[in-house]
Amino acid sequence: MRDGDKMARKVYVEVILKTDREGKNRPLSILWEDGTRYEVDRLLDVRRAASLKVGGGGMRYVIMIRGQQCRLFEEDGRWFVEADGPEDGERGES
Amino acid sequence: MCDLAEYLPEQLPERSILHSDMNSFYASVEAMLDPKLRGKAVAVCGSQETRHGIVLAKSQKAKKAGVKTGMAVWEARQCCPDLIVVPPQYDAYIKYSKLAHEIYLRYTDQMEPFGMDECWLDLTGTGRDPVQTADEIRETVKSELGLTVSIGVSFNKIFAKLGSDMKKPDAVTVITRQNFRSLVWPLAASEILYCGRATTRRLARYGVLTIGDIAATPPELLQDWLGINGLALWRYAAGLDCSRVMTDGWEAPVKSIGHGVTCVSDLLNDGEVWHVMLELAQEVGHRLRSQDFLAGGVQLTLRDNGLLFTQYQAKREAATRSAMEIAQDCFRLFRENYRWETPVRAICVRAVRLVSSREPQQLGIFDDAARREKQDRLEAAIDDIRRRYGKRAVYNACLMGDIKVHEIGASEVTMPGMMYV
Ligand SMILES: [Mg+2]
Repeated sequence: MRDGDKMARKVYVEVILKTDREGKNRPLSILWEDGTRYEVDRLLDVRRAASLKVGGGGMRYVIMIRGQQCRLFEEDGRWFVEADGPEDGERGES
Repeated sequence: MCDLAEYLPEQLPERSILHSDMNSFYASVEAMLDPKLRGKAVAVCGSQETRHGIVLAKSQKAKKAGVKTGMAVWEARQCCPDLIVVPPQYDAYIKYSKLAHEIYLRYTDQMEPFGMDECWLDLTGTGRDPVQTADEIRETVKSELGLTVSIGVSFNKIFAKLGSDMKKPDAVTVITRQNFRSLVWPLAASEILYCGRATTRRLARYGVLTIGDIAATPPELLQDWLGINGLALWRYAAGLDCSRVMTDGWEAPVKSIGHGVTCVSDLLNDGEVWHVMLELAQEVGHRLRSQDFLAGGVQLTLRDNGLLFTQYQAKREAATRSAMEIAQDCFRLFRENYRWETPVRAICVRAVRLVSSREPQQLGIFDDAARREKQDRLEAAIDDIRRRYGKRAVYNACLMGDIKVHEIGASEVTMPGMMYV
């Protein structure tokens, strides 16, 4: 699917989280809209940020999935990722 | 309050005050939430589908095209044909206003909001460099919230506010004891806080046109012309304002919460008026609840179909956030005052004399506290359902009928309060 080349999409995802004793969250895996579950290999950064690409924002988790960077946001209790065009999309060109 | 006539600003204790203003707040939040709106001419408007809806806020581009706050939607479309009109999302504005406050509070606990999108911060004694801090706040708001602020940095609240207006969006302006005469004094008198239209006109009659002119006028003369406000105005212009940044009870600057609508056709009898009032009161009740306020009184504004406005106000025995009680108060005012010489066209229901719902309330002797408590819980539940499932999910039975309102929306949220001196 190449229809989203220009316009990034806000894709809500299901997330498995680990919450530590301090209350810090760490996403372990996300369930993509096509039903694929992706393990989170690394957590690179957590901070509050706006999503300029798809609008809104919240706590932003920069994560690595299968060697690609992905920005995962928690906004009002829901989680979304910025799904964008092919060049840095993390949908994996298998 | 000090007697300041013979002082120079240089002689007052040093203070560093910031005034942060979120640029085109409502419209910017809309564009931040929906990237498709960015860089476009956008207007946030009440009651969209009715031709009487009005512009509540506009983006930079819409402003350039001549769109003004308060304009009717059709008028706005005339001067800007590709205008994108969106309805207000008050919950989002409140959310982002609170998030901005959280950012400010990282730098100081001396914070005084002024309306939803403006805030004074006092950095005196924090050891922080005011200009550097202003820049950091500006960057933080941008990266964390995706919104821009303009910030004025100065030695008093009045000049800090003025500074936040001088360069925008996304900018910092510094007004110092050294440069204020050249930066501030050439500005039009009307630029200074509390120099409203009537005052500006009166000053102009005496040839007082700029802020510098005000400062150069003997304070006694200004007092003769304008009363006690004349003295305050002179102090402001001379750079001698020493009002403090209010830290406690900082919800206070919100003076009222109102919701109004212009109906698609005239309302012809008491029953129709009651339906509309109840609908409006629902929204007012919701906003009181979400902003933690109780109403100590109500205000009802009516416009008949001949464009004549009338306004009534009533004090309440016990403060409330009950939509039903607010609607009943308004309806009582209406019944007591309206003579039905002409049909009603527009109604605005407003909660006034707001008090924080977190503070304990004085109970009236004749007030049934238990009953109110129960009603409050019921309305909280309704409010929650309306929030989760949309406003049409739960209705008062009498609202099910034919209501002459397409889309309730036209309103303003907050009126900035008077500054604390
Ligand atoms: Mg503003």
